[in-house]
Amino acid sequence: MSVPQWLRHRPWTAFWVRRAARLALSLGIVLTASFAMIRLVPGDPVRAALGVDAAPALVAARRHQLGLDQPFPTQFRHYLDGLLQGDLGTSLVTGAPVAELVRTRFPATLEIALLAFLLTLAVALPGGLLAAVHTRDGRRPHAELAFTALTAGLAGVPDFVAASGLTALLAVALPLLPVAGTAGAGSFVLPVIALALAPTAVLVRIVRVEALKVLSEDYMRTARSKRLPPARLYLRHAAPNMATASLTVAGSLLPAMIAGTVLVEKVFAWPGIGSAMAQSVVAQDYPVVQATVLITGSTVLLAGLLVDMLLALLDPRSAIREM
Amino acid sequence: MAWVAATMLASLILLAVAGPLVWGTAADRPDLSAVLQGPSAAHPFGTDNLGRDLLARVLAGTRSSLLLALAATLLGATAGVLLGSSTAVVGPRARRGLAALINLLLAFPALLVALFLAVVFGAGADGALLALAVASVPGFARLAQTLAAGVAGTDHLAAARVLGLRRNRLLRRHVLPNIAEPLVLSTTTAAGTALVALSGLSFLGLGVQPPAFDWGQLLNQGLDRIYAQPLPALAPALAILYAALTFQLLGEVLAKGAARRGRPARPAGRPAARSGPADDELVLQVEDLTVELPTPDGVIRPVRGVDLSLRAGEIVGLVGESGSGKSLTALAVADLLPEHARVSRRTLHLLGADLAAMTPKDRHRHLATALAMVFQSPASALNPSLRVGTQLTEAVRAHRGARRAEAVEQATATLHRVALPPAVLRSRPHQLSGGQRQRVMIASGLMVRPALIIADEPTTALDVTVQRQITELLADIRRDTCAAVLFISHDIALVAGLCERVLVMYAGTVVESLPADRLATATRHPYTRALVESVPDLTGDRSRPLRTVPGASPDPLAPAPGCPFEPRCAHRQHRCAAEVPPLTGLDAGHRVACWHPLPPSAVPS
Ligand code: SF4
Repeated sequence: MSVPQWLRHRPWTAFWVRRAARLALSLGIVLTASFAMIRLVPGDPVRAALGVDAAPALVAARRHQLGLDQPFPTQFRHYLDGLLQGDLGTSLVTGAPVAELVRTRFPATLEIALLAFLLTLAVALPGGLLAAVHTRDGRRPHAELAFTALTAGLAGVPDFVAASGLTALLAVALPLLPVAGTAGAGSFVLPVIALALAPTAVLVRIVRVEALKVLSEDYMRTARSKRLPPARLYLRHAAPNMATASLTVAGSLLPAMIAGTVLVEKVFAWPGIGSAMAQSVVAQDYPVVQATVLITGSTVLLAGLLVDMLLALLDPRSAIREM
Repeated sequence: MAWVAATMLASLILLAVAGPLVWGTAADRPDLSAVLQGPSAAHPFGTDNLGRDLLARVLAGTRSSLLLALAATLLGATAGVLLGSSTAVVGPRARRGLAALINLLLAFPALLVALFLAVVFGAGADGALLALAVASVPGFARLAQTLAAGVAGTDHLAAARVLGLRRNRLLRRHVLPNIAEPLVLSTTTAAGTALVALSGLSFLGLGVQPPAFDWGQLLNQGLDRIYAQPLPALAPALAILYAALTFQLLGEVLAKGAARRGRPARPAGRPAARSGPADDELVLQVEDLTVELPTPDGVIRPVRGVDLSLRAGEIVGLVGESGSGKSLTALAVADLLPEHARVSRRTLHLLGADLAAMTPKDRHRHLATALAMVFQSPASALNPSLRVGTQLTEAVRAHRGARRAEAVEQATATLHRVALPPAVLRSRPHQLSGGQRQRVMIASGLMVRPALIIADEPTTALDVTVQRQITELLADIRRDTCAAVLFISHDIALVAGLCERVLVMYAGTVVESLPADRLATATRHPYTRALVESVPDLTGDRSRPLRTVPGASPDPLAPAPGCPFEPRCAHRQHRCAAEVPPLTGLDAGHRVACWHPLPPSAVPS
């Protein structure tokens, strides 16, 4: 995207204008995709949902109810109008308003996604720094190998496989934690760990590499030449300089984590958007699929915006340079 | 690790080929008398709702799970690479458009895109395959786009070129690993991701449809009864995990292999020589200091047998070309060399205390308060994210137990000493000019009231007027505080103007040590003489670039047996190539390492 003349000398305004333009474009893609989905499905989704032997009159009535008998532009306008009024249509299966379902289920998804993200940061940031400190300059090659092997292994564990395995081990074989549902704080443990496991392993490796880079900087040599205590050396001198790069990577892991809720919620029967999507996809309940795709997609985009804002606050100059 | 990955891959391929042949019939044989059984001898993982053996089904499911994943990856990779590399051949407008589109698409997680597309394409293996292939296109496109833009412009390649690496070495060390690593890694990990995502789609009921089956579907069925029997869910989960780990590990091994050639090996340890008696008058006394560094091509010795001593209040110059070992000598004294460097010395005394004999903790404390370092590039030597005040005060607070207010007061005074206003305390380094930053560096060193200041090329990154201010500042400080200053520089004219005594280093050894006032007229070593002659007017204009001595310094990997300067020396004779000339005293305060010292009278015209 090229920069108009008047924005050249206002880097901050330019930054936000571009960021907003990108968000608008991506939201447009999500809107269009969610709208187009029900129209793109092969065959007649209404008939598929109602069953092959449904009366043609019923099918026609339902098509009319969904507005599928009108021209596409009209349909799209109605879709957007409905969205603005908080109307996401009604479920083909239960007949309940989809907006209500989203309202009740969205917080549950947000909770585990957010907790998983925080857990990832809380483990990976100090973990990566610690690993770097202990393995820099080729120290402890065995520890480095063990670290690499372990994180490589954990990074390869798919979230829903981790979820199944954790359930089998910690909920069934050793009945320590609930198998499914949202009964109390214990029920959060497994879904959150399942979601955070692989991202943590990925992030901790990258944080270590970032930390190694920072540790070899001139100013770290200066700090070492002052013989500062290790805590000060690493927390005060090294940590702030790796924050930006580490958070950038962490932010890039967030979309996949949000998408991961779909499968993980299914494993734990977690009453969130993800399991609603999983159910509606199989039941071919298209209004619900449409709404959940829209909500999940927008959540991903807004999370990306939040991360970018945070990074811009942390490191204004590089944020502007990035754009 | 490599053989583990290879074994795992081989076992997967074997299972994919042989699985359906061996276990195919067992996997599809219903047994209504044994429906939904738990693990038993006949059915180690139990049976499903039609009484089919789950172990057989997991093993036989390998082929469909793997084949679908590979097909999706190859399809996605081909399309993505085509799309991405096409950005290189289209016009700039289209390129920007394509890049922006790829960026927008990358904002969405592949799994979500695949899920969406799988719904649109309809549930089933073909739909899932296609959905996944399309979902992986943006990732591959971005990669191809980056590679197409060329590794040639990257920073470290430019740096490597500056270092003068040869072309095929450049290609082998820097270009190939950087292209191969991302490409190989991406394709391998993408295959793993595809397998996981396909299993995920089947797990949701969007992928492979009965009667066909794959691991995801088996997991879905197993999960329904996980509370009663964990194994039927665990078995396919383990299969997915095994395959995912195989690809992960494979990518890892392949990437490591490409990157390995750049990494130095660890050297064997070398015991330090015994130290001699201390000389109490000396601030610093170094004898026979040697530094060894392992490189990918072998161990080099960039510092070999250096002797060096400074008295209180003395300012000594250490001169040499880059690579002569002068900076490493300083870092070795300061105990700041990288971990893999090996240091040996006969004597290393700072303020009369034997550093080698101290416990690491004592050495740490002693160096902290007796020695200050000023580094070359003040732009990178100050921490960009900390305020100047913090960086000035932290050392005294840590080592002298100064309280905050005290430390700030002292910092203000020290800033005044280096002619900076107190307001600088609240600035961050990027708000200061290069000269101001170097003053901050010097102030930061002065805070601990050191007995020795080592300034390593402190003015090289600065412009000429600022250079003079900084050297004058150092000279003043030396006079006022009686600290000894070791001034390291490649600029012999600068050193001649500032220092009392000069050590000239060449290829890791001191070749001449003399009073600074003799530099212009009485140098005896051919190298020093050539250095001096390369400066048009030793006491005059320092802004001109230093003309270098003709010839190149010797290859550190293959040190010659004789005088290191011999290949470039205009005065060499037979003995020079055979024996290393020792550093011998000519008269008081003048030592030279040369078999045939030049006559002192030779004044450069
Ligand atoms: S020893 Fe020989 S080769 Fe070396 S500097 Fe002296 S004259 Fe030249």
